[in-house]
Amino acid sequence: MQRTSAWTPDYFHKVVDCQFACPAHTPVPEYIRLIADGRYSDAYMVNWQSNVFPGILGRTCDRPCEPACRRGRVEEEPVAICRLKRVAADNKDDVSARMPAPAAKTNGKRVAMVGAGPASLTVARDLAPLGYEITIFDGDAKAGGMIRSQIPRFRLPEEVIDEEVGYITGLGMNLRLGERIDSLKALLTEGYDAVFIGSGAPRGRDLDIPGREEARANIHIGIDWLSSVSFGHIAKIGKRVIVLGGGNTAMDCCRTSRRLGGEDVKVIVRSGYEEMKASPWEKEDAVHEDIPIINFRVPKAFTHEGGKLTGVTFEVVEAQYDDKGRRRLVASGAPDEHYECDAVLVAVGQENAFPWIERDLGLEFDEWDVPNVDPITMRGGIPNVFFGGDAAFGPKNIIWAVAHGHDAAISIDRFCKGEDVADRPPPEFSLISQKMGIHEWSYDNDIANDRRYRVPLREKAVALKNVKMEVELGFDRETGYKEAERCLNCDVQTVFADNLCIECDACEDICPVDCITFTKETDEADLRTRLKAPALNLTQDLYVSGALKTGRVMVKDEDVCLHCGLCAERCPTGAWDMQRFTLEMTHAGAACQSR
Amino acid sequence: MTYILKPQLHHPKLATNNLGFTRRDYEGSVSTLCAGCGHDSISSAIIQAVFELELPPHRIAKLSGIGCSSKTPDYFLGASHGFNTVHGRMPSVLTGANLANKDLIYLGVSGDGDSASIGLGQFAHAVRRGVNMLYIVENNGVYGLTKGQFSATSDKGSKSKKGVVNHDAGIDLVGVALQLGATFVGRSFSGDKDQLVPLIKAGLAHKGAAFIDVISPCVQFNNHVGSTKSFDYVREHNEAVNRLDVIPPRAPIHVDYAPGETVMVTQHDGSILSLHKLAELYDPSDRAQALGFLQSKQAKGEIVTGLLYVDPQAGDLHEALDTVDTPLNALAGDALTPGSTALAKINAGLR
Repeated sequence: MQRTSAWTPDYFHKVVDCQFACPAHTPVPEYIRLIADGRYSDAYMVNWQSNVFPGILGRTCDRPCEPACRRGRVEEEPVAICRLKRVAADNKDDVSARMPAPAAKTNGKRVAMVGAGPASLTVARDLAPLGYEITIFDGDAKAGGMIRSQIPRFRLPEEVIDEEVGYITGLGMNLRLGERIDSLKALLTEGYDAVFIGSGAPRGRDLDIPGREEARANIHIGIDWLSSVSFGHIAKIGKRVIVLGGGNTAMDCCRTSRRLGGEDVKVIVRSGYEEMKASPWEKEDAVHEDIPIINFRVPKAFTHEGGKLTGVTFEVVEAQYDDKGRRRLVASGAPDEHYECDAVLVAVGQENAFPWIERDLGLEFDEWDVPNVDPITMRGGIPNVFFGGDAAFGPKNIIWAVAHGHDAAISIDRFCKGEDVADRPPPEFSLISQKMGIHEWSYDNDIANDRRYRVPLREKAVALKNVKMEVELGFDRETGYKEAERCLNCDVQTVFADNLCIECDACEDICPVDCITFTKETDEADLRTRLKAPALNLTQDLYVSGALKTGRVMVKDEDVCLHCGLCAERCPTGAWDMQRFTLEMTHAGAACQSR
Repeated sequence: MTYILKPQLHHPKLATNNLGFTRRDYEGSVSTLCAGCGHDSISSAIIQAVFELELPPHRIAKLSGIGCSSKTPDYFLGASHGFNTVHGRMPSVLTGANLANKDLIYLGVSGDGDSASIGLGQFAHAVRRGVNMLYIVENNGVYGLTKGQFSATSDKGSKSKKGVVNHDAGIDLVGVALQLGATFVGRSFSGDKDQLVPLIKAGLAHKGAAFIDVISPCVQFNNHVGSTKSFDYVREHNEAVNRLDVIPPRAPIHVDYAPGETVMVTQHDGSILSLHKLAELYDPSDRAQALGFLQSKQAKGEIVTGLLYVDPQAGDLHEALDTVDTPLNALAGDALTPGSTALAKINAGLR
């Protein structure tokens, strides 16, 4: 197997599982250390640099980092990364002075953005300080997009949105709110140097089954309904509510219903509970609010009487798996079931919709109305039109929208400077020794044994009374510190210098998780079976040294390394060192110019 | 030394033995020895051996004297009995403990200073009496705690870290043990756990005086060019006579080697030592041949390792003394002081 190279960021970036899993590659362990240190503002700014909306994401992120977290592989649960982000946001000082200043003078380039959601706002944040003249169009009265319209206030207070959207709009841009773009062709004739389309996936899927038309007064499309609640157009719902669908929108719908007068609220979903699209914690939150989730029920018809909805009839199904493990829902043979209700919220998915984009402009769309976009440059079929967020590849989430925004901003910057958009300068990285003394490190290498802390919630009876009252209280500073201490500091890397090794086995002996083996070199498949603990997690790399004096090699399985640094502490020659890996993602501006 | 405790978190797939213990359960506290010390590898080999033998920790007594090596029992078998004796007196304390309670498994851990200098006499008598024990000497050929003087096992002609040449003859503890009648004698190297772990397992299972000399480089004071106990020197001059596999009692026997190349030795407890010959003609059941072989190899500067001698049918001190089956410390008062009638009977028998 080939010797591991420490001279490109690829290997060590992958070891930092959380950062690698984050679409925006937020340096998670870095900001968690700052939180443990009480440096909340610094932690906030590290986040802001990468993911633009720390306070918002600290409450609502889809957290791809947490399933990736190494802690989850050595004990039951990962670090509560998402809620730690909120600790930084909640406890920071006034950071307005640390925000970039509006550009002193324009660079003469004009960029239009369609939609004022997280993708557009990220592009605007990256480009405005560089002198771009930015114009953002949105049909809603306030900027924020789905952050504002679809996430219920009890999960995300309006002040947090105003603050973080404000940091961006404060950079100086032309906000044209309440102005819905209804023709891209017309927009293109206005002479913008580039156009960014971040208009989301705004169309809620409907359910075309018998009774839909007749009972329409009491059947609502989930995302439209949530948006009406957010903007104050709807303030109550019937006592008995059925939510159809199993995604996060369904969870928001049912929990909102509970706060608007719904007493008997049920989620009824086609799939099994485990396969539901909603994040596990969102399902837990719904169940906690006394909302039963009934699975394996396919809606057949809305029942109605005199133009009024009376309930929904369901076919009872079960899951069958073919020999390839694919799931199929088949009739279970049980009689159909009828659930009575006063209102139905349909949350069975959302789709892209571009009725405002003329089809003869050179942009291509697939059968689902998803545009043909280059996943790296975010460019569509017209050289100066870029996409991002849900508009680009269909519904995802905020953190993906941010990542798209960064990439699109690089493209727009390069495009406007006449550079090749496809040429993407790699991120900068560094590896710096953390050794402070013989057995002292600049990071806390003592592994905390604490189990994951629960975020305290507002008392249910109080929380359910007010749709605008935030239900999660967030960690206090003390609990935040304790949770932060659970982080394994995976960015502090174990770096091995084979020319210094005397093969004393000290590292192999001390390693608490049996990561290190000195053995004969062979190919990877064979090596993985011959280690002190077999390396069965193929998504995790092996760190392989060059040949040592005895002809053997050092092989380290990164899978469950605690980054406790004991290998380096017990190494007599300094062949092991703990080095902090920093990855400077390329953002628009000087860094994205060709090097 | 290390300031933090070894994290409790362990590999999620860490194996357990039939007692339900993982290897980590046999660990002790974190070593305070210098980083890279060979002794730590030996501790780790002891942990592995006891884990594989599936011994309950409370059935083991670990005893040691003074020195770097004698500190190590703190770093393994944290749940076992322990005794840190005065310098060089471990063999005597072990003998006494063994006489009082023969049911425990005795592991003596000592160093070249503790056993070949101040404790040489104690060592000699424990071995010649056939105390049922495994006696491990962690032999680094140097006084590390006092910063690097030659020890009694430093080879003549070897160099100190400062370049001084040793003019005294070194004591070969393996030769001494063989002459004194040890019934299990081996030598190994801290840097070769594949060899060391089975030797420790076999030694623990052996009935009688088992002795293993483990060359254990001192990274601070005896790992330089000119030393004969450095990692490099031992690796270059290691002459293993056999490869040992220990097959537990009643376990199926698989031997990969061709017949004639392997000797099977059944120990007292029913475990089988499968010895794969590496040196032609070496017979580990012949004490006299072993001594000759050792000396001829030593003259060439080679370090002979492996299981050098074993008498599987050996007896021990209790057998020689014909003690009762019940450990003495478990005998009740009336058995220990049978009273005046019994005394009169004994006296009568002597008249």
